[in-house]
Amino acid sequence: MSELEIELAPHAGEPLKPAKDRRRRTSRTSVFWLGLPLGVITFLVFVLPLTGLLPDGGQDLTATRLPPAFLDGGTWAHPLGTNKLGQDGLTQLVESGRLTIMIGLVGALVAIGPGTLLGLLAGYCRGWVDKTISILIDAQLALPFILIALAIIANRGSSLPVLFLVLALTGWASCARVTRSATLSIRERQFVLGLRAAGASEARIVFRHVLPNLAGTVVALATLQVGTAILVESALSFLGLGVVPPHSSWGSMLAAGQDELSHSWWIAFFPGLAITVLVLLVNLIGDALLTHNDPRKRRR
Amino acid sequence: MSEILETEVSADHGRRLRAPEESTPVLDVDDLVVEHRNRTTGEVFRAVDGVSLRIDAGESVAVVGESGSGKTTLAMAATGLGVRGSGDIQLLGHSLASIGRRQLRELRPEVQVVFQDPHGSLDPRQSVRSGLRELRGLQRERTSWIDDDGLLDRVRLTPDMLDRYPHQLSGGQAQRVCIARALLMRPRLIVADEPTSGLDVSVQADVLKLLQETQASTGAALLMISHDLAVVRSVCDSVHVMFRGKVVESGPCETVFKNPTNEYTRELLDAMPGARWRARR
Repeated sequence: MSELEIELAPHAGEPLKPAKDRRRRTSRTSVFWLGLPLGVITFLVFVLPLTGLLPDGGQDLTATRLPPAFLDGGTWAHPLGTNKLGQDGLTQLVESGRLTIMIGLVGALVAIGPGTLLGLLAGYCRGWVDKTISILIDAQLALPFILIALAIIANRGSSLPVLFLVLALTGWASCARVTRSATLSIRERQFVLGLRAAGASEARIVFRHVLPNLAGTVVALATLQVGTAILVESALSFLGLGVVPPHSSWGSMLAAGQDELSHSWWIAFFPGLAITVLVLLVNLIGDALLTHNDPRKRRR
Repeated sequence: MSEILETEVSADHGRRLRAPEESTPVLDVDDLVVEHRNRTTGEVFRAVDGVSLRIDAGESVAVVGESGSGKTTLAMAATGLGVRGSGDIQLLGHSLASIGRRQLRELRPEVQVVFQDPHGSLDPRQSVRSGLRELRGLQRERTSWIDDDGLLDRVRLTPDMLDRYPHQLSGGQAQRVCIARALLMRPRLIVADEPTSGLDVSVQADVLKLLQETQASTGAALLMISHDLAVVRSVCDSVHVMFRGKVVESGPCETVFKNPTNEYTRELLDAMPGARWRARR
């Protein structure tokens, strides 16, 4: 009823078009409600260790493989149980979370940065630049990532910089492909011709007009890439190729817990759950952002 | 050589703009050919086939023809915007084939284009105000003659439009913003590529009137691309009829519309809504 009235009076001097903006607000709230738990998780992971509330994380060989507090035999001194060295599960989960989230963020940045730039270049310049970059993208996408990871890690050993190199190599191509096609469509828009007619340089058009119009897509891609980076790290750590002691991430905790699965399932379960929840949240937020930034989807 | 030309352009910017030499045409196209090559089959398609066109200062010329007849390609090639063709194109006395990139950029603001889709010709991420500010930053001297409010007043928009984004403008408002942006540059040639096709009929008349006023007040020449003969008749002095890349008939509007010599022109005129009725009268 109210929507009908609004539709009837779009030129009544009101600067807003409420019907469209309401829909936009809906997708904004979905981003908010997904972002909230994500923010809480990040906050906890970074702040909890500072409060001193967590149980002592050191080894305790008198209390190995304790079940979580809610099972028989568990104690509230170790809410999520202990591992085979008697280290507290919750403390380890929180502390590994820091490294995991850091890897997710940096891993996404190192993939998105070059990916966006190459995609932009390919889409805007066309010609041989486009051909070269497109071939590289296709070649990259044809190689299984585990093969690249194995080759690099076998060569260089596993360390954080090597992990980021692997993440950059495996992540840039899909981002470049999306950016390229988005650029292709933006560069054909008439406002680009108009700017050229006003005497704008190509660099200005690319960085002041094409790139900002890509921003929504890139932010969404980056969010999705955070999820991918965390999964890749987990997979590599599970294979013993990613994060190695003394560092630990959720992936390496999962790997450490796999031998104990039959009798102490909680050692692997909680890091696994943490990865699932985090990646799920990040991906959902990425999808919501994509929808939010796509005017066609928004209008519907 | 290039430096000499550039200093010449910037030195007498204002004077050249106000008083173009009467003798040199704004645009003089001779035997323009534009070909598109299909990359997979290698077939060559002639979009524009040996077209000659001359527009003098203050003149308004129309190019009409059906969709795909090469009108837009002709305009884009003739003004050096994107499409490249062979043949001699003199834009304000400079041959497009021989001038360098930097000179072309100097020359560009002299030609402004108003496109068919007004929303597509505005950056969706820029408010009207920041778009105008950017244009001013690009061409400081050229655009200093009028402030934003005055400019919007010229195209009959209120100053509160300045803070709107393109999606908050109606088609007619957006097209007026586009005309304002073109006007701001004080071009010597305005190319209007189907400027009213995307607008509803009541707004079309406003926009056409505005284009005419703009042209009259700045003394710019107008190249109008259209398939709408009624529009052309009300706005332009002379007309070129294009068919499959070739100009099949050209001359003053009245002559061409009253006594079309070419079969295709006659068909085009017959297809005009109300043509029969007018003819009988």
